[in-house]
Amino acid sequence: MPVQKEWTDQKIENIVGNLLRAGVILSAVVVLCGGVLYLIKYGHVPADYRIFRGEPTDLKSVSGIVRDAFALHSRGIIQLGLLLLIATPVARVAFSIFGFAEEEDRMYVAFTVIVLLILLYSLIGSASEV
Amino acid sequence: MNILEFTLLVWVGALVAGLLGALTGIGGGVVLVPLLTIFFKVDIRYAIGASLVSVIATSSGAAAAYVKEGFSNIRIGMFLEIATTLGALLGAFLATKVPTTAIAIIFGVMLLYSAFLARRPRPRPPADESPDPLATRLRLNGSFPTPEGTRHYNVRNIPTGFSLMFGAGTLSGLLGIGSGAVKVVAMDQAMKIPFKVSTTTSNFMIGVTAAASAGVYLNRGYIDPGLSMPVMLGVLAGSVLGTRILMKADTKLLRLVFSVVILLLGLEMIYKGLAGRI
Repeated sequence: MPVQKEWTDQKIENIVGNLLRAGVILSAVVVLCGGVLYLIKYGHVPADYRIFRGEPTDLKSVSGIVRDAFALHSRGIIQLGLLLLIATPVARVAFSIFGFAEEEDRMYVAFTVIVLLILLYSLIGSASEV
Repeated sequence: MNILEFTLLVWVGALVAGLLGALTGIGGGVVLVPLLTIFFKVDIRYAIGASLVSVIATSSGAAAAYVKEGFSNIRIGMFLEIATTLGALLGAFLATKVPTTAIAIIFGVMLLYSAFLARRPRPRPPADESPDPLATRLRLNGSFPTPEGTRHYNVRNIPTGFSLMFGAGTLSGLLGIGSGAVKVVAMDQAMKIPFKVSTTTSNFMIGVTAAASAGVYLNRGYIDPGLSMPVMLGVLAGSVLGTRILMKADTKLLRLVFSVVILLLGLEMIYKGLAGRI
């Protein structure tokens, strides 16, 4: 084995792997908790997804979801878990900027910033255009 | 059917989809939307939203396992993600404009294409080719571990691959799927990246691509917590199970069966779309 540099692709990939796993596990736990509450509360109600109504405003925006989840509304908690899941790849991209910067790879720092901006636009910027 | 029964049934369906997707590499997302719309009578927009969320879960969950094995190429992934995320934004905006019947038909065609790809034998590229100057400049060439030691590879046809990735992103955003099949074609066939590297890097990219359209979907009210909950938990459980056994399993027969299922679902989606019953 060659002597390991402080920051290698493999080391970054290991951290990224752990980050992804943690994000998925955390979001799955939150979704499951919300899901159990949801089923206890609404389990007996007839299911109907035939007609598209769209979600209420508080389940569509980041701030609304957080508020709903902290009020312990089951659907809000599930939605918070889903939001954490969506945030996981975003966090991965954000971390990669740091990783490429440590390797002094400016080209890839630039590529990664572009990807991050696109993701943030989707999550935050696209709301205002409805 | 009440919500409890519905949730449990959807969970089981999603688990099977996730398991088959991970084992065959064809992708669980492509069967989720037909499953939800045809068998559970869910509006295609809710189905696409739930499917997209589960795609992020599968991709991130599986990628966590793959990256540590050193197959995926983080630079190829990040470079091509510029194309896929832009495509995904376009796709997600299109999804809010295009009529649902048209989405169903496009979905059906995509399923037929996936089934076709899964059956087509892969021509092997010659092993040693001279490096492409653009690939060298972009530092895309890499290596991966094999039982016979580390194998190096050179990446080719970058503009073609990049364009195909934009298309893959658009499909992903429009249909709520990972479009791993198109991503693998772009990398494996066009860019001559070894198959194992293509599939794992594609998996790695799918989550980021899906996240780019998920934001738009969330803001448009396509992501329903009650439906997405069993879909996400089921697919995740299935795919974790699938990747555990993937490395040792022989999946030839499974791929054949699954591609036939996808073919039939594709025909059904096209029929439903044409008949306006979606």
